[in-house]
Amino acid sequence: MIESIRGRSLLSLDELSKGAIVEVLDTAESFVEVNRRSIKKVPALKGRVVASLFFEESTRTRLSFETAAKRLSADVLSLAVASSSVKKGESLRDTIATIDALGIDAVVMRHRSSGAALQVSRYVPHVRVINGGDGQHQHPTQGLLDAFTIRQILSERQATTGLESGAELFEGLRILIVGDIRHSRVARSDVAAYTTLGAEVRVCAPGTLLPDGVATWPVTVAHDFDEALAWADVVGLLRLQSERGSGAFVASLDEFTFTHGLTVERARLLKPEALIMHPGPMNRGVEIDSRVVDSSQAIVERQVSNGVPIRMAVLYLSVAGSREGQGL
Amino acid sequence: MSTIVIRQGLVVGEHTSGVADVLIVDGRVADVAAVIDAPSDAHEVDARDCWVGPGFVDLHTHLREPGRESAETIESGARAGALGGYCALVAMPNTEPALDSVALVSFVLERGARTPLDIAVAGAITIGRRGESLAPLAEMAALGVRLFTDDGIGVQDPSMMRRALTYAKPLGVRLAQHCEDERLAAGGTMNEGSLSGSLGLIGRPALAEELMVQRDIELVRLTGSPLHFLHLSTRRSLEMVLRARDEGLPVSFEVAPHHFTLDESACSSYDPVFKVHPPLRSPGDVEALRQSLCDGVIDAVATDHAPHAPELKDLAFDEAPAGMLGLEHAASLTFEALGASADPGVFFAVLSRGPARIAQLRREDGRVRHSAHGGAMAVGDDANVTVFDPGCHWSVDRTTLASRSMNTPYDGRPMVGRVRATIAKGRLVVDEGLLT
Repeated sequence: MIESIRGRSLLSLDELSKGAIVEVLDTAESFVEVNRRSIKKVPALKGRVVASLFFEESTRTRLSFETAAKRLSADVLSLAVASSSVKKGESLRDTIATIDALGIDAVVMRHRSSGAALQVSRYVPHVRVINGGDGQHQHPTQGLLDAFTIRQILSERQATTGLESGAELFEGLRILIVGDIRHSRVARSDVAAYTTLGAEVRVCAPGTLLPDGVATWPVTVAHDFDEALAWADVVGLLRLQSERGSGAFVASLDEFTFTHGLTVERARLLKPEALIMHPGPMNRGVEIDSRVVDSSQAIVERQVSNGVPIRMAVLYLSVAGSREGQGL
Repeated sequence: MSTIVIRQGLVVGEHTSGVADVLIVDGRVADVAAVIDAPSDAHEVDARDCWVGPGFVDLHTHLREPGRESAETIESGARAGALGGYCALVAMPNTEPALDSVALVSFVLERGARTPLDIAVAGAITIGRRGESLAPLAEMAALGVRLFTDDGIGVQDPSMMRRALTYAKPLGVRLAQHCEDERLAAGGTMNEGSLSGSLGLIGRPALAEELMVQRDIELVRLTGSPLHFLHLSTRRSLEMVLRARDEGLPVSFEVAPHHFTLDESACSSYDPVFKVHPPLRSPGDVEALRQSLCDGVIDAVATDHAPHAPELKDLAFDEAPAGMLGLEHAASLTFEALGASADPGVFFAVLSRGPARIAQLRREDGRVRHSAHGGAMAVGDDANVTVFDPGCHWSVDRTTLASRSMNTPYDGRPMVGRVRATIAKGRLVVDEGLLT
């Protein structure tokens, strides 16, 4: 168990303690404030170099990480790997060695292969590696920002602050994750974050989209979607990963919507105060109806805007932080 | 040819063992006796506390030549084999191009003849190993090929496999199958289970192997044609084949050292050095294989030595090719798995006599191209002899291997037991653990 990500790489939420997660959330609170200023920049990582290495296409995660790094005054090396030497058959080790030779403190990376971030962290042990999504394995900052968003909204409702509430609001909180759990790195990171923080998690999916060995996960499998919706305090939907071949795992998108889509009718089963989340990009009309996205229960935009402070917190703790720990 | 005398080792015969000297003259075992008065120019091999038995035979070596010489050549693979105690290697046909014709088989046999070992060839069952049309098995058999396989992939189409078995039977050859139903394996990269689920890696289910094992047992029952099962990796595969063998069906099988020493948990590192097909299995499967080895019911330990150039193992786990090195540590791992009370008879049975029988490399198989292997350590045998030191402690260093590649999953691992000397076709090719 990692007790703090200060001075360390962030590869997976599976290995973080509750304290380590709360530390990131708490750190992000102060960066929310920075993002509200007219001049949204602090000198915390001045002179540090953060490379952004996306082997797989991404819009929001990449933009969010690069914005976060710039607001911390880091120099950002942005490499569009998908269109560079990797296409020419360069190995993962050589690509990272080349970037490392330019002199970097951290690398934010996304890769279509599970485990790629861990491999890179072994190739360049002196560089902090921030996993921006590896295959079907983990997407740690998404899990952190999802937890952060839930805490933020629930604490607002209780007229308190996220900082004061710590992890208390998660004790016994009922969270339902629906959809393509099998192919989703977001699901794996969300499950780790939520259960570590004390929430009760259920997952619901067509049998073919449940991961192998789900019985060993710290979650319950809900077979009745409607019943689970009525149970939940928070519903997290997932993108149906048709680019990972999920299409063949269900009869059709229509049928998926029929069995597991959050339609307007199904949304009525939710408690009025229940929250609806989606990591994006959404397939409107497939896993979620457009009208549900636009309802007041949906907090998708909050998730997006919290992406920057969470990634600032992760970069700050990982890159500026020494393992002994130091204040803001 | 030189004269060699192996002093005071435990000479492991087919049924009995005893401490003795072994004299080798002109490529043959000239004498086995308590004390031999050897000529003064004889090369002395000190085998005190060592096991002396028939040289090892590997049924499953990927020598990569032709086509992937950056990973291995017949020459470098033979050196690695000699260090591992092997006197004969069966070269797998998944080269580029595949060994599916007289010309290609002849090329490998000729290159092999330049090495000190016997290099036998397993020909492809189908043209290009594509599983679509029969390769010229009879022509290749006429060159001395006795094993045929599309290894790397199994023959997926049951009707093709049935036809191949039926065609092979009167030729006196044996087919060998890499059992994995590729549709069920679904492009997976590690054993399917809760670990693959949490690592986000696509699983290759045990069932993909077991279904093809079951299918092929039934095809053997139907055709009466002998079949060798390559690298069985699960408890149930083993049970099915053992049952079929007990029923009298002409089946044989091998297991690979990595499948009885490493389990799927190694994949948690995402280090592609642990990627292999069939994949590293559950701890229960590993233990079942190890136990069967100790029980003496396994026909052969085969390496599935699969060199890959370093840059290919520096890719992401799902992008890297499958396979790991085996020749230089297979005997040590087999010895270790046999445990403290290791039976030297079983040791030489699985590493030499069993595989020699399956590859038809024994004296009674009447081979002309190769010398005889898997003998009884009797006077008159061709001198293919391995001296194994069960007390030697060493550790694997991937940078000093004779193989051209470094993809051993055992780098830095302490080992017990090591090949001290290899005498292949009467020549001392490894002495004191080093190539001569």
